[in-house]
Amino acid sequence: MIAARLSLLALLVGWAFAALADVAVPPLTGRVVDQTGTLSTSDIASLTRTLSDLETRKGSQVAVLLVPTTAPETIEQYSIRVAEAWKIGRKRVDDGALLVIAKDDHKLRIEVGYGLEGALNDVTARRIIDEIIIPRFKTGDFAGGVSAGVDRIVGVIEGEPLPAPAAKPQLDFGLSDLLDRFNPVFIFIVVLVGGGLLRGLFGRLMGSVATGGLIGLIAWFAVGSLVVSVIAGLIAAVFTMISDGISTAGPGGGGGWSSGSSGGSWSGGGSSGGSFSGGGGSFGGGGASGSW
Amino acid sequence: MRKFWTVLATLATLSLTNCGYNAIQSNDEQVKSSWSEVLNQYQRRADLVPNLVNSVKGFAQQEKDVLLGVTNARAKVGSIQATPDLINDPGAFAKFQAAQGELSSALSRLLVVTENYPQLKSDALFRDLMAQLEGTENRITVARNRYIKAVQDYNVQIRSFPTNLTAMAFGYKEKPNFSVDNEKEISTAPKVDFNQSPAAPAK
Repeated sequence: MIAARLSLLALLVGWAFAALADVAVPPLTGRVVDQTGTLSTSDIASLTRTLSDLETRKGSQVAVLLVPTTAPETIEQYSIRVAEAWKIGRKRVDDGALLVIAKDDHKLRIEVGYGLEGALNDVTARRIIDEIIIPRFKTGDFAGGVSAGVDRIVGVIEGEPLPAPAAKPQLDFGLSDLLDRFNPVFIFIVVLVGGGLLRGLFGRLMGSVATGGLIGLIAWFAVGSLVVSVIAGLIAAVFTMISDGISTAGPGGGGGWSSGSSGGSWSGGGSSGGSFSGGGGSFGGGGASGSW
Repeated sequence: MRKFWTVLATLATLSLTNCGYNAIQSNDEQVKSSWSEVLNQYQRRADLVPNLVNSVKGFAQQEKDVLLGVTNARAKVGSIQATPDLINDPGAFAKFQAAQGELSSALSRLLVVTENYPQLKSDALFRDLMAQLEGTENRITVARNRYIKAVQDYNVQIRSFPTNLTAMAFGYKEKPNFSVDNEKEISTAPKVDFNQSPAAPAK
Protein backbone atom coordinates (compact mmCIF):
# COMPACT_ATOMS: atom_id res chain seq x y z
CA MET A 1 0.00 0.00 0.00
CA ILE A 2 2.73 2.41 1.04
CA ALA A 3 4.76 1.40 -1.97
CA ALA A 4 1.81 2.17 -4.23
CA ARG A 5 1.34 5.55 -2.62
CA LEU A 6 5.00 6.32 -2.93
CA SER A 7 5.06 5.44 -6.58
CA LEU A 8 1.99 7.58 -7.16
CA LEU A 9 3.72 10.43 -5.37
CA ALA A 10 6.82 9.93 -7.48
CA LEU A 11 4.69 10.01 -10.59
CA LEU A 12 3.02 13.23 -9.51
CA VAL A 13 6.36 14.82 -8.69
CA GLY A 14 7.60 13.75 -12.08
CA TRP A 15 4.59 15.36 -13.71
CA ALA A 16 5.14 18.51 -11.74
CA PHE A 17 8.69 18.71 -13.01
CA ALA A 18 7.57 18.01 -16.53
CA ALA A 19 5.09 20.85 -16.23
CA LEU A 20 7.80 23.20 -15.00
CA ALA A 21 10.23 22.32 -17.75
CA ASP A 22 10.62 24.71 -20.67
CA VAL A 23 8.77 24.05 -23.91
CA ALA A 24 11.07 22.08 -26.19
CA VAL A 25 12.23 23.59 -29.44
CA PRO A 26 10.35 21.75 -32.20
CA PRO A 27 12.36 20.21 -35.03
CA LEU A 28 12.69 22.35 -38.13
CA THR A 29 10.49 20.31 -40.44
CA GLY A 30 9.82 23.09 -42.93
CA ARG A 31 9.61 26.83 -43.35
CA VAL A 32 6.27 26.79 -41.59
CA VAL A 33 5.98 24.73 -38.42
CA ASP A 34 2.46 24.66 -37.04
CA GLN A 35 2.04 22.79 -33.77
CA THR A 36 -1.43 24.09 -33.12
CA GLY A 37 -3.16 22.83 -36.26
CA THR A 38 -4.38 26.34 -37.06
CA LEU A 39 -3.22 26.63 -40.64
CA SER A 40 -4.63 24.46 -43.39
CA THR A 41 -2.38 22.47 -45.70
CA SER A 42 -2.96 24.92 -48.53
CA ASP A 43 -2.09 27.88 -46.26
CA ILE A 44 1.16 26.20 -45.31
CA ALA A 45 1.90 25.36 -48.93
CA SER A 46 1.38 28.92 -50.15
CA LEU A 47 3.40 30.39 -47.25
CA THR A 48 6.19 27.93 -47.96
CA ARG A 49 6.16 28.94 -51.62
CA THR A 50 6.42 32.65 -50.74
CA LEU A 51 9.29 31.99 -48.37
CA SER A 52 11.25 29.69 -50.65
CA ASP A 53 10.82 32.22 -53.48
CA LEU A 54 12.36 34.79 -51.19
CA GLU A 55 15.30 32.53 -50.49
CA THR A 56 16.01 31.88 -54.17
CA ARG A 57 15.75 35.58 -54.98
CA LYS A 58 17.49 37.19 -52.01
CA GLY A 59 19.07 34.33 -50.07
CA SER A 60 17.30 35.26 -46.83
CA GLN A 61 15.56 32.61 -44.81
CA VAL A 62 12.34 33.31 -42.99
CA ALA A 63 10.45 30.76 -40.90
CA VAL A 64 7.11 30.72 -39.11
CA LEU A 65 6.41 28.83 -35.90
CA LEU A 66 3.05 28.41 -34.20
CA VAL A 67 3.04 26.88 -30.73
CA PRO A 68 0.24 26.63 -28.18
CA THR A 69 2.21 28.23 -25.37
CA THR A 70 5.71 29.22 -24.33
CA ALA A 71 5.07 29.09 -20.57
CA PRO A 72 6.91 29.24 -18.23
CA GLU A 73 9.23 31.28 -20.39
CA THR A 74 8.32 34.59 -21.96
CA ILE A 75 7.96 34.61 -25.72
CA GLU A 76 11.24 36.54 -26.00
CA GLN A 77 13.18 33.86 -24.12
CA TYR A 78 11.56 31.09 -26.10
CA SER A 79 12.01 32.65 -29.51
CA ILE A 80 15.70 33.37 -29.01
CA ARG A 81 16.13 29.73 -28.01
CA VAL A 82 14.36 28.60 -31.17
CA ALA A 83 16.42 31.01 -33.26
CA GLU A 84 19.65 29.73 -31.73
CA ALA A 85 18.63 26.14 -32.38
CA TRP A 86 17.36 26.57 -35.94
CA LYS A 87 20.07 28.96 -37.11
CA ILE A 88 18.05 30.25 -40.02
CA GLY A 89 19.69 32.79 -42.30
CA ARG A 90 22.97 32.53 -44.12
CA LYS A 91 26.13 32.14 -42.15
CA ARG A 92 27.94 35.46 -41.58
CA VAL A 93 25.20 37.32 -43.48
CA ASP A 94 22.81 36.46 -40.65
CA ASP A 95 19.77 37.33 -42.74
CA GLY A 96 17.21 35.18 -41.00
CA ALA A 97 13.92 36.15 -39.44
CA LEU A 98 11.47 34.17 -37.37
CA LEU A 99 7.80 34.78 -36.71
CA VAL A 100 6.77 33.03 -33.50
CA ILE A 101 3.12 32.87 -32.46
CA ALA A 102 2.03 31.52 -29.08
CA LYS A 103 -1.64 31.03 -29.77
CA ASP A 104 -3.01 30.33 -26.30
CA ASP A 105 -0.82 33.03 -24.74
CA HIS A 106 -2.14 35.53 -27.31
CA LYS A 107 1.42 36.66 -27.91
CA LEU A 108 3.60 36.86 -30.97
CA ARG A 109 7.12 37.97 -31.79
CA ILE A 110 9.25 38.71 -34.82
CA GLU A 111 12.82 37.66 -34.08
CA VAL A 112 15.31 39.31 -36.42
CA GLY A 113 18.82 38.14 -37.27
CA TYR A 114 21.79 40.50 -37.04
CA GLY A 115 21.98 41.05 -40.79
CA LEU A 116 18.36 42.18 -41.10
CA GLU A 117 18.29 44.51 -38.11
CA GLY A 118 18.83 47.45 -40.43
CA ALA A 119 15.82 46.83 -42.67
CA LEU A 120 13.53 44.96 -40.34
CA ASN A 121 14.36 47.09 -37.33
CA ASP A 122 12.48 47.11 -34.05
CA VAL A 123 10.11 49.85 -35.14
CA THR A 124 9.27 48.18 -38.45
CA ALA A 125 8.77 44.83 -36.75
CA ARG A 126 6.54 46.46 -34.16
CA ARG A 127 4.47 48.13 -36.86
CA ILE A 128 4.05 44.90 -38.78
CA ILE A 129 2.81 43.27 -35.60
CA ASP A 130 0.56 46.11 -34.46
CA GLU A 131 -0.87 47.28 -37.74
CA ILE A 132 -0.94 44.19 -39.95
CA ILE A 133 -1.03 41.01 -37.92
CA ILE A 134 -2.88 41.88 -34.71
CA PRO A 135 -6.03 43.38 -36.30
CA ARG A 136 -6.51 40.13 -38.23
CA PHE A 137 -5.73 37.95 -35.23
CA LYS A 138 -8.32 39.84 -33.19
CA THR A 139 -11.01 38.78 -35.61
CA GLY A 140 -9.77 35.20 -35.48
CA ASP A 141 -8.28 35.26 -38.96
CA PHE A 142 -5.00 33.52 -38.15
CA ALA A 143 -4.15 32.34 -41.66
CA GLY A 144 -4.77 35.81 -43.07
CA GLY A 145 -2.75 37.49 -40.33
CA VAL A 146 0.22 35.19 -40.75
CA SER A 147 0.25 35.47 -44.52
CA ALA A 148 -0.20 39.27 -44.53
CA GLY A 149 2.57 39.58 -41.94
CA VAL A 150 4.87 37.27 -43.89
CA ASP A 151 4.18 39.22 -47.10
CA ARG A 152 5.12 42.44 -45.34
CA ILE A 153 8.31 40.91 -43.87
CA VAL A 154 9.24 39.62 -47.32
CA GLY A 155 8.53 43.05 -48.81
CA VAL A 156 10.80 44.73 -46.27
CA ILE A 157 13.60 42.25 -46.92
CA GLU A 158 13.22 42.77 -50.68
CA GLY A 159 14.15 46.40 -50.21
CA GLU A 160 17.37 45.62 -48.41
CA PRO A 161 20.57 45.25 -50.42
CA LEU A 162 21.99 41.92 -49.34
CA PRO A 163 24.77 39.79 -50.81
CA ALA A 164 23.38 37.91 -53.79
CA PRO A 165 22.47 34.29 -53.16
CA ALA A 166 25.14 31.89 -54.32
CA ALA A 167 24.40 30.34 -57.71
CA LYS A 168 25.03 26.88 -56.34
CA PRO A 169 24.71 27.27 -52.61
CA GLN A 170 25.60 23.67 -51.79
CA LEU A 171 28.82 23.68 -53.78
CA ASP A 172 29.90 27.05 -52.47
CA PHE A 173 29.09 26.11 -48.94
CA GLY A 174 30.92 22.83 -49.30
CA LEU A 175 34.09 24.34 -50.69
CA SER A 176 34.43 27.13 -48.18
CA ASP A 177 33.57 24.76 -45.41
CA LEU A 178 36.22 22.33 -46.53
CA LEU A 179 38.96 24.93 -46.64
CA ASP A 180 37.66 26.52 -43.52
CA ARG A 181 37.97 23.66 -41.17
CA PHE A 182 40.86 21.63 -42.47
CA ASN A 183 38.50 18.90 -43.39
CA PRO A 184 40.14 15.45 -43.49
CA VAL A 185 38.16 14.55 -46.61
CA PHE A 186 39.60 17.51 -48.46
CA ILE A 187 43.14 16.58 -47.41
CA PHE A 188 42.52 13.00 -48.43
CA ILE A 189 41.51 14.05 -51.94
CA VAL A 190 44.48 16.37 -52.27
CA VAL A 191 46.73 13.52 -51.21
CA LEU A 192 45.17 11.15 -53.72
CA VAL A 193 45.10 13.53 -56.68
CA GLY A 194 48.20 15.57 -55.98
CA GLY A 195 50.15 12.58 -54.77
CA GLY A 196 49.40 10.57 -57.89
CA LEU A 197 50.31 13.52 -60.08
CA LEU A 198 53.52 14.42 -58.31
CA ARG A 199 54.68 10.84 -58.16
CA GLY A 200 54.08 10.54 -61.88
CA LEU A 201 56.29 13.57 -62.38
CA PHE A 202 59.11 13.01 -59.90
CA GLY A 203 59.09 9.33 -59.20
CA ARG A 204 58.06 7.60 -56.04
CA LEU A 205 60.41 9.00 -53.42
CA MET A 206 60.57 12.61 -54.57
CA GLY A 207 56.87 12.62 -55.34
CA SER A 208 55.85 11.47 -51.90
CA VAL A 209 58.20 13.92 -50.25
CA ALA A 210 56.70 16.73 -52.35
CA THR A 211 53.17 15.65 -51.43
CA GLY A 212 54.09 15.55 -47.77
CA GLY A 213 55.53 19.03 -47.97
CA LEU A 214 52.45 20.35 -49.75
CA ILE A 215 50.08 18.84 -47.24
CA GLY A 216 52.19 20.10 -44.37
CA LEU A 217 52.00 23.60 -45.82
CA ILE A 218 48.24 23.45 -46.26
CA ALA A 219 47.83 22.14 -42.74
CA TRP A 220 50.04 24.88 -41.41
CA PHE A 221 47.90 27.55 -43.04
CA ALA A 222 44.68 25.91 -42.00
CA VAL A 223 45.47 25.00 -38.41
CA GLY A 224 48.39 27.24 -37.58
CA SER A 225 50.07 24.60 -35.47
CA LEU A 226 53.49 23.43 -36.59
CA VAL A 227 53.26 20.08 -34.79
CA VAL A 228 49.99 19.14 -36.42
CA SER A 229 51.15 20.19 -39.87
CA VAL A 230 54.37 18.19 -39.62
CA ILE A 231 52.42 15.11 -38.57
CA ALA A 232 49.92 15.63 -41.39
CA GLY A 233 52.75 16.03 -43.88
CA LEU A 234 54.44 12.85 -42.70
CA ILE A 235 51.26 10.86 -42.94
CA ALA A 236 50.62 12.21 -46.43
CA ALA A 237 54.14 11.32 -47.59
CA VAL A 238 53.91 7.78 -46.25
CA PHE A 239 50.47 7.35 -47.72
CA THR A 240 51.61 8.50 -51.16
CA MET A 241 54.57 6.17 -51.03
CA ILE A 242 52.57 3.07 -50.20
CA SER A 243 49.40 3.85 -52.15
CA ASP A 244 50.91 2.28 -55.21
CA GLY A 245 48.02 0.08 -56.15
CA ILE A 246 45.40 2.78 -55.96
CA SER A 247 46.39 5.22 -58.62
CA THR A 248 48.30 2.98 -61.00
CA ALA A 249 45.14 0.97 -61.43
CA GLY A 250 43.98 3.54 -63.96
CA PRO A 251 46.48 4.50 -66.63
CA GLY A 252 45.20 8.07 -66.53
CA GLY A 253 46.82 8.53 -63.13
CA GLY A 254 45.90 11.91 -61.72
CA GLY A 255 43.31 12.63 -64.35
CA GLY A 256 41.14 9.71 -63.41
CA TRP A 257 41.06 10.78 -59.80
CA SER A 258 40.35 14.39 -60.34
CA SER A 259 37.41 13.64 -62.56
CA GLY A 260 36.22 11.18 -59.99
CA SER A 261 36.34 13.69 -57.20
CA SER A 262 34.55 16.43 -59.07
CA GLY A 263 31.99 14.02 -60.40
CA GLY A 264 29.17 15.50 -58.43
CA SER A 265 29.35 13.66 -55.16
CA TRP A 266 29.65 17.04 -53.37
CA SER A 267 26.93 18.95 -55.11
CA GLY A 268 24.57 16.01 -55.40
CA GLY A 269 25.02 14.87 -51.84
CA GLY A 270 23.96 18.21 -50.37
CA SER A 271 20.54 18.94 -48.98
CA SER A 272 19.19 20.28 -52.25
CA GLY A 273 15.93 18.43 -51.91
CA GLY A 274 12.68 19.72 -50.50
CA SER A 275 13.84 19.69 -46.90
CA PHE A 276 14.69 22.97 -45.23
CA SER A 277 17.54 23.64 -42.88
CA GLY A 278 19.07 26.71 -41.34
CA GLY A 279 22.16 28.16 -42.96
CA GLY A 280 23.92 29.10 -39.74
CA GLY A 281 22.68 32.65 -39.16
CA SER A 282 22.89 34.18 -35.72
CA PHE A 283 20.49 36.30 -33.71
CA GLY A 284 21.03 38.84 -30.98
CA GLY A 285 17.56 39.46 -29.64
CA GLY A 286 16.45 42.10 -32.15
CA GLY A 287 12.83 42.40 -33.20
CA ALA A 288 9.58 43.18 -31.49
CA SER A 289 6.80 41.47 -29.58
CA GLY A 290 3.10 42.09 -29.35
CA SER A 291 -0.09 40.63 -27.94
CA TRP A 292 -3.67 40.55 -29.00
CA MET B 1 72.28 13.85 -23.34
CA ARG B 2 71.60 16.17 -26.20
CA LYS B 3 69.05 13.77 -27.55
CA PHE B 4 67.33 13.74 -24.18
CA TRP B 5 66.94 17.52 -24.24
CA THR B 6 65.56 17.42 -27.78
CA VAL B 7 62.94 14.91 -26.73
CA LEU B 8 62.10 16.96 -23.69
CA ALA B 9 61.69 20.13 -25.75
CA THR B 10 59.42 18.31 -28.19
CA LEU B 11 57.34 16.97 -25.34
CA ALA B 12 57.09 20.41 -23.78
CA THR B 13 55.88 21.89 -27.08
CA LEU B 14 53.36 19.11 -27.48
CA SER B 15 52.12 19.38 -23.92
CA LEU B 16 51.50 23.10 -24.32
CA THR B 17 48.53 22.20 -26.48
CA ASN B 18 47.28 19.72 -23.91
CA CYS B 19 47.69 21.77 -20.76
CA GLY B 20 44.73 23.93 -21.75
CA TYR B 21 46.69 27.07 -22.49
CA ASN B 22 45.14 27.43 -25.95
CA ALA B 23 41.69 26.60 -24.67
CA ILE B 24 42.04 29.27 -21.98
CA GLN B 25 42.98 31.74 -24.69
CA SER B 26 39.94 30.96 -26.77
CA ASN B 27 37.59 31.04 -23.78
CA ASP B 28 39.12 34.29 -22.62
CA GLU B 29 38.54 35.79 -26.03
CA GLN B 30 34.96 34.50 -26.00
CA VAL B 31 34.34 36.25 -22.69
CA LYS B 32 35.81 39.47 -24.06
CA SER B 33 33.72 39.46 -27.19
CA SER B 34 30.50 38.72 -25.35
CA TRP B 35 31.33 41.48 -22.89
CA SER B 36 31.84 43.87 -25.80
CA GLU B 37 28.38 42.94 -27.03
CA VAL B 38 26.94 43.74 -23.60
CA LEU B 39 28.65 47.14 -23.64
CA ASN B 40 27.45 47.70 -27.18
CA GLN B 41 23.82 47.15 -26.24
CA TYR B 42 24.06 49.25 -23.07
CA GLN B 43 25.50 52.02 -25.22
CA ARG B 44 22.56 51.68 -27.57
CA ARG B 45 20.20 52.17 -24.66
CA ALA B 46 22.13 55.16 -23.38
CA ASP B 47 21.90 56.72 -26.83
CA LEU B 48 18.13 56.27 -26.86
CA VAL B 49 17.54 57.94 -23.51
CA PRO B 50 17.93 61.64 -24.54
CA ASN B 51 15.40 61.21 -27.36
CA LEU B 52 13.00 59.45 -25.05
CA VAL B 53 13.28 62.16 -22.39
CA ASN B 54 12.70 64.84 -25.00
CA SER B 55 9.61 63.18 -26.40
CA VAL B 56 8.14 62.70 -22.91
CA LYS B 57 9.01 66.27 -21.93
CA GLY B 58 6.71 67.62 -24.63
CA PHE B 59 3.65 65.98 -23.07
CA ALA B 60 4.43 65.57 -19.39
CA GLN B 61 6.33 68.62 -18.27
CA GLN B 62 5.11 68.35 -14.68
CA GLU B 63 6.93 65.06 -14.15
CA LYS B 64 10.12 66.98 -13.67
CA ASP B 65 11.74 64.86 -10.97
CA VAL B 66 11.18 61.61 -12.84
CA LEU B 67 12.69 63.07 -15.99
CA LEU B 68 15.53 64.53 -13.96
CA GLY B 69 16.14 61.13 -12.38
CA VAL B 70 16.48 59.52 -15.81
CA THR B 71 18.79 62.25 -17.04
CA ASN B 72 20.99 61.97 -13.95
CA ALA B 73 21.18 58.21 -14.18
CA ARG B 74 22.06 58.52 -17.85
CA ALA B 75 24.81 61.01 -17.02
CA LYS B 76 26.20 58.66 -14.38
CA VAL B 77 26.32 55.79 -16.87
CA GLY B 78 28.10 58.03 -19.32
CA SER B 79 30.70 59.06 -16.77
CA ILE B 80 31.91 55.51 -16.21
CA GLN B 81 34.61 54.55 -18.65
CA ALA B 82 33.08 51.40 -20.12
CA THR B 83 36.19 49.71 -21.45
CA PRO B 84 36.51 46.02 -22.22
CA ASP B 85 39.08 45.83 -19.41
CA LEU B 86 36.30 46.36 -16.94
CA ILE B 87 35.82 42.63 -16.55
CA ASN B 88 39.26 42.23 -15.00
CA ASP B 89 38.43 44.63 -12.21
CA PRO B 90 35.59 43.37 -9.99
CA GLY B 91 35.23 46.72 -8.22
CA ALA B 92 34.78 48.71 -11.40
CA PHE B 93 32.51 45.97 -12.74
CA ALA B 94 30.24 46.29 -9.71
CA LYS B 95 30.16 50.06 -10.10
CA PHE B 96 29.26 49.77 -13.76
CA GLN B 97 26.52 47.31 -12.88
CA ALA B 98 25.13 49.63 -10.22
CA ALA B 99 25.00 52.56 -12.62
CA GLN B 100 23.23 50.53 -15.31
CA GLY B 101 20.81 49.18 -12.72
CA GLU B 102 20.02 52.71 -11.63
CA LEU B 103 19.28 53.71 -15.20
CA SER B 104 17.04 50.66 -15.56
CA SER B 105 14.96 51.57 -12.55
CA ALA B 106 14.80 55.25 -13.51
CA LEU B 107 13.55 54.21 -16.94
CA SER B 108 10.90 51.93 -15.51
CA ARG B 109 9.71 54.75 -13.23
CA LEU B 110 9.41 56.90 -16.34
CA LEU B 111 7.38 54.22 -18.09
CA VAL B 112 5.01 53.99 -15.14
CA VAL B 113 4.49 57.74 -15.26
CA THR B 114 3.80 57.76 -18.99
CA GLU B 115 0.81 55.50 -18.37
CA ASN B 116 -1.02 58.60 -17.11
CA TYR B 117 -0.72 60.43 -20.42
CA PRO B 118 -2.90 58.84 -23.12
CA GLN B 119 -1.92 61.55 -25.57
CA LEU B 120 1.74 60.70 -25.13
CA LYS B 121 1.05 57.01 -25.51
CA SER B 122 -0.63 57.52 -28.86
CA ASP B 123 2.19 59.76 -30.15
CA ALA B 124 3.88 58.05 -33.08
CA LEU B 125 7.39 59.17 -32.17
CA PHE B 126 7.00 58.00 -28.59
CA ARG B 127 5.69 54.64 -29.73
CA ASP B 128 8.61 54.16 -32.07
CA LEU B 129 11.03 55.05 -29.29
CA MET B 130 9.28 52.59 -26.99
CA ALA B 131 9.62 49.83 -29.60
CA GLN B 132 13.31 50.61 -29.83
CA LEU B 133 13.72 50.68 -26.08
CA GLU B 134 11.97 47.33 -25.69
CA GLY B 135 14.09 45.81 -28.44
CA THR B 136 17.23 47.16 -26.84
CA GLU B 137 16.30 45.88 -23.40
CA ASN B 138 15.76 42.46 -24.95
CA ARG B 139 19.12 42.63 -26.68
CA ILE B 140 20.75 43.53 -23.37
CA THR B 141 19.14 40.49 -21.78
CA VAL B 142 20.39 38.23 -24.57
CA ALA B 143 23.88 39.73 -24.46
CA ARG B 144 24.02 39.37 -20.69
CA ASN B 145 22.90 35.75 -20.90
CA ARG B 146 25.61 35.00 -23.43
CA TYR B 147 28.19 36.74 -21.27
CA ILE B 148 27.08 34.72 -18.25
CA LYS B 149 27.52 31.48 -20.22
CA ALA B 150 30.92 32.52 -21.56
CA VAL B 151 32.14 33.44 -18.07
CA GLN B 152 30.80 30.18 -16.72
CA ASP B 153 32.78 28.18 -19.28
CA TYR B 154 35.87 30.23 -18.59
CA ASN B 155 35.64 30.02 -14.81
CA VAL B 156 34.95 26.30 -14.80
CA GLN B 157 37.97 25.72 -16.96
CA ILE B 158 40.24 27.89 -14.86
CA ARG B 159 39.21 26.15 -11.68
CA SER B 160 39.32 22.56 -12.84
CA PHE B 161 42.41 20.37 -12.77
CA PRO B 162 44.85 20.41 -14.58
CA THR B 163 44.10 23.67 -16.38
CA ASN B 164 44.01 25.50 -13.05
CA LEU B 165 47.79 25.01 -12.85
CA THR B 166 48.23 26.60 -16.25
CA ALA B 167 45.91 29.42 -15.31
CA MET B 168 47.86 29.98 -12.10
CA ALA B 169 51.17 29.97 -13.94
CA PHE B 170 50.02 32.55 -16.45
CA GLY B 171 47.99 34.62 -14.03
CA TYR B 172 44.46 34.06 -15.38
CA LYS B 173 41.93 34.91 -12.73
CA GLU B 174 38.24 34.23 -12.42
CA LYS B 175 36.02 36.79 -14.09
CA PRO B 176 33.09 38.42 -12.32
CA ASN B 177 29.60 37.49 -13.37
CA PHE B 178 26.31 39.34 -13.28
CA SER B 179 24.25 39.17 -10.16
CA VAL B 180 20.60 40.01 -9.85
CA ASP B 181 20.39 43.77 -9.39
CA ASN B 182 17.44 43.88 -7.07
CA GLU B 183 17.99 40.83 -4.94
CA LYS B 184 16.33 42.45 -1.96
CA GLU B 185 13.29 43.58 -3.91
CA ILE B 186 12.69 40.10 -5.26
CA SER B 187 12.94 38.41 -1.89
CA THR B 188 10.37 40.71 -0.27
CA ALA B 189 6.75 40.39 -1.22
CA PRO B 190 5.37 43.23 -3.33
CA LYS B 191 3.33 45.79 -1.46
CA VAL B 192 0.03 46.82 -2.90
CA ASP B 193 -1.12 50.27 -1.92
CA PHE B 194 -4.21 51.84 -3.43
CA ASN B 195 -3.97 55.17 -1.66
CA GLN B 196 -0.92 56.59 -3.36
CA SER B 197 0.14 57.11 -6.90
CA PRO B 198 2.10 54.16 -8.26
CA ALA B 199 5.60 54.65 -6.95
CA ALA B 200 7.15 51.22 -7.24
CA PRO B 201 8.07 50.18 -10.78
CA ALA B 202 5.54 47.61 -11.83
CA LYS B 203 7.74 46.17 -14.50
